[in-house]
Amino acid sequence: MLATISHLALQQYWWAIISLLGSILVFLMFVQGGQTLIYTLGKTEDERTMLVNSLGRKWEFTFTTLVTFGGAFFASFPLFYSTSFGGAYWMWLAILFCFIIQAVSYEFRSKPNNLFGHRTYEIFLFINGAVGTILIGTVVGTFFNGSEFSVNFGNLAGEGNPAISRWEISTRGFEAVLNLHNLSLGLAVFFLARILALLYFMNNVDDDVVFKRTRRQLLINAIPFLFFFLFFVVRLLLMKGYAYDAATKVVFTEKFKYLHNLLQIPLTGVMFLAGTILVLYGIIKSLIDYYTKGIWFSGIGTILVVFSLFAIAGYNHTAYYPSDFDLQSSLTIENSSSSRYTLTVMGYVSLLIPFVAAYIYVAWKSINKKRISTKEISEESHIY
Amino acid sequence: MFDNIDLSLVNWSRGQFALTALYHWLFVPLTLGLSFIIAMMETIYVRTGNEEWKRIVKFWMTLFGINFAIGVATGIILEFEFGTNWSNYSWFVGDIFGAPLAIEGIMAFFIESTFIAVMFFGWNKVSKKFHLASTWLVAIGANLSALWILVANAWMQLPVGMQFNPDNARNEMVNFWEVFLSPVAATKFIHTITSGFVLGSVFVIGISAWFILKKREPVLAQRSILIAAVFGLLSSFVLIFTGDSSARQVARIQPMKFAAMEGLYRGQDQAGLVVIGVLSAQRGDTINIKNKDFIFSIEIPRILSYMTSGSFDVFIPGINDLLYGNAEQGVISAQEKIDRGRIARQTLADFKKAKDNGSREEYEALKAKFYDPGFKEEYFRYFGYGFLNDINSIVPNVPLTFYSFHIMVVLGFYFVLFFILFLFFAFRDKLGNKRFLLRLAVITIPLAYIATMLGWIVAEVGRQPWTIQDLLPVVAATSHIDAASVQVTFWLFAALFTALLIAEVQIMFKQIRSGPKEGGK
Ligand code: HDD
Ligand code: HEM
Ligand code: HEM
Repeated sequence: MLATISHLALQQYWWAIISLLGSILVFLMFVQGGQTLIYTLGKTEDERTMLVNSLGRKWEFTFTTLVTFGGAFFASFPLFYSTSFGGAYWMWLAILFCFIIQAVSYEFRSKPNNLFGHRTYEIFLFINGAVGTILIGTVVGTFFNGSEFSVNFGNLAGEGNPAISRWEISTRGFEAVLNLHNLSLGLAVFFLARILALLYFMNNVDDDVVFKRTRRQLLINAIPFLFFFLFFVVRLLLMKGYAYDAATKVVFTEKFKYLHNLLQIPLTGVMFLAGTILVLYGIIKSLIDYYTKGIWFSGIGTILVVFSLFAIAGYNHTAYYPSDFDLQSSLTIENSSSSRYTLTVMGYVSLLIPFVAAYIYVAWKSINKKRISTKEISEESHIY
Repeated sequence: MFDNIDLSLVNWSRGQFALTALYHWLFVPLTLGLSFIIAMMETIYVRTGNEEWKRIVKFWMTLFGINFAIGVATGIILEFEFGTNWSNYSWFVGDIFGAPLAIEGIMAFFIESTFIAVMFFGWNKVSKKFHLASTWLVAIGANLSALWILVANAWMQLPVGMQFNPDNARNEMVNFWEVFLSPVAATKFIHTITSGFVLGSVFVIGISAWFILKKREPVLAQRSILIAAVFGLLSSFVLIFTGDSSARQVARIQPMKFAAMEGLYRGQDQAGLVVIGVLSAQRGDTINIKNKDFIFSIEIPRILSYMTSGSFDVFIPGINDLLYGNAEQGVISAQEKIDRGRIARQTLADFKKAKDNGSREEYEALKAKFYDPGFKEEYFRYFGYGFLNDINSIVPNVPLTFYSFHIMVVLGFYFVLFFILFLFFAFRDKLGNKRFLLRLAVITIPLAYIATMLGWIVAEVGRQPWTIQDLLPVVAATSHIDAASVQVTFWLFAALFTALLIAEVQIMFKQIRSGPKEGGK
């Protein structure tokens, strides 16, 4: 069935999967956002325990999505894996460290004899929530703003160092933070994660005091989010982008490339607008009404917006990982992908995704039956 | 040839990978084994409805959770390390190697992380049957993640099902089933998960024995020991059987690793098996300084030949044969392989030149070579040797491989005896006064960890200098980065993981000392 599909169609299909995983990941980063709010929202130990447990039952899921995002990127676009990870070494390692410390924190935080004391693990959670989200957003910014690297397959047979991909700047990825446009995306992701967390708490935690605080925070976080998001989007639509010629594959810069992409692939334009409206609707409705379902609107909105951003980075003959050092080294979905055979095999594997989604839905529904309250916590044997 | 490859970069990268992999492996085998033991215990609980069993299940589950969290923390870094530290590798074989990693995420990690939530938080929310099913799914999910990563690892030891594509200088998958169903993957998978089962069983028995020594929790201890001893005994038979198959495969596909495992310098027909041996610091051959011999050894004559091939007379090449060749036995020398590897690389360089110059005919002709079975068999097969300068670099660390292997094997047989003893006394309910045996059980826990670690050392150190056997040596696999950066991250990892490990061990001890909660809440 899949065997008759062209290589290009498979590359596009896999870019869609990557975009989907990436956008779900950003949505699920409400866990990270929530980790930065534990002390803001929880003034007593009981309140904090509720919040931590509310997040603690979801963190694995965000984490696994990140891991799968990485694995799927490796399998479908290995040249990105070897160029970006090996190149922007410090940036990626900083991100990884943020996630390593998260993984133990829930389990260890409230256990007796945990060596560092519960505050340390809460700080770990905060670092993961703040630095992790900002850096991931910033890295995604380089998909539009470019990095300094070169790729040359000939190195493998040459006399010199056989490394194919080389990073040409010694800051090793951290230079991305110096670009305001990248950083604004990072900060937008950070505030978005906090907003989603607030909406999630409204939905998941059954406590009036916490609810009131959540609402106040929602307003406080919505303002900087809008500021950074708008800055990012306006600049994105006005900037030059990296395009390549369909026939010769030569990469060149094009004015208003991303605006063109939005208009030339109408679906992305629609998704982007609909997503933005949904995110705002979820926030506004929760601000003015006693409303607990905002997370669904803003969550789905987030997925739509992020998906459309990935889409305009990779489709319509756009280089999704541009190199400012050597334009022709830029990565496109065509020149960085796995072979047709591998993408086909992986295509079959991707058919499992609906089943995965289905059992996740069933399992979650079953344990989310009760909202989290002091009472619910006191009945549980496994507490974070 | 590679004056500008920084050897210290290669070594620090190896060191970092070894460090992080070993840390990951500190936690993984317990997940693999304990998850099944818990699932079996919960099955008994659901069948009998006996609340005491629920208490037992919950006790082991708490320990499982602590171990699991840190297993996950150490796993994520390994996945991304292929990109960060082995970027050339990630491109050269990513077309094949990436797939199992992705499948692992989609197929295994999601099962694990979804149902682990039900397992921990579902007690009061879902039916007993649903809960039991979730516990089993956690165990299956964990072992499925082992499956896919081991398929990937097996492929590095025996690269199959691929074709080199000179246009983009990488190997491409042409047959998924050959990769997935590789015989090495099958034995590796079974050997590795059963090593986890054995470790899990030893862990449960050791802690239960400690309770008996402290005169606490007699019911929990007795029941846990029975289950673990049966499970451990059955697993250790499979473990030994597949360990033996692994060794045979190694002899066939990685003769140098095999020679190192056996400390075999001079090849022999009718080779004997060294049961116990001490390698001399330096003796024998003076040309190759790595070349050592035994000071002392006990050997069973001819049995090694028999074990590897089913015949007493078969020739087993030693390290010297592999280095200098042995025309009589048809073993080609390392220098010859290096020469052929260089030809393969030169062909790639010529191809690239032709491509850049746009000389169509030459391009086609050179490209065809890489698809020609003769060229593949005679030259491309040794592609990785073309990166080497010194023939001695194909010899792994012999003492480390040799001792690791022998200690692992000895421990393998010891565990069988251990499980039999516990099964015997637990059945007769006579453990209470066997204080020596109970203490032995406690010290056997670290031995199980040592055995599994040594297994990986045999497998991974023994295959040096190859990341992909014969195709890509470590020197050509690293990222283009300075050694200092890797040094810094190495120490950061060492510090962070060690701190987390200490915290984990303390929490674990504390939980064990507090014992199960009353009433199995
Ligand atoms: C409890 C742990 C344990 C025990 C008792 C044994 N093994 Fe093992 N062994 C492992 C745990 C392990 C492992 C950690 O699972 C390894 C590492 C890599 C692998 O595939 O499995 C391994 C690797 C490994 C290898 C290397 C495979 C390779 O290079 O690809 C061989 C040849 C053996 N084993 C053979 C044996 C034999 C003959 C044993 C006999 C009694 C034995 N092992 C006991
Ligand atoms: C199954 C998945 C695994 C894969 C794909 C894998 C892959 C690798 C790679 C790429 C390297 C670095 C390159 C090299 O030195 O050859 C390496 C080295 C190493 N790995 Fe593994 N590894 C795996 C599992 C493990 C585990 C679980 C352990 C330990 C318990 C381990 C122990 C080591 C050691 C000790 C080295 C260093 C060897 C040396 O450089 O001398 N590996 N492995
Ligand atoms: C170098 C190779 C390896 C890589 C890249 C790797 C990667 C990972 C990652 C990313 C996780 C976290 C998954 C999550 O989010 O839940 C993980 C956990 C796990 N891995 Fe590995 N792993 C490697 C070696 C191994 C080996 C050799 C085994 C078993 C034979 C194994 C078995 C597991 C299991 C059972 C878990 C579940 C958590 C736990 O450790 O308790 N891994 N691994």
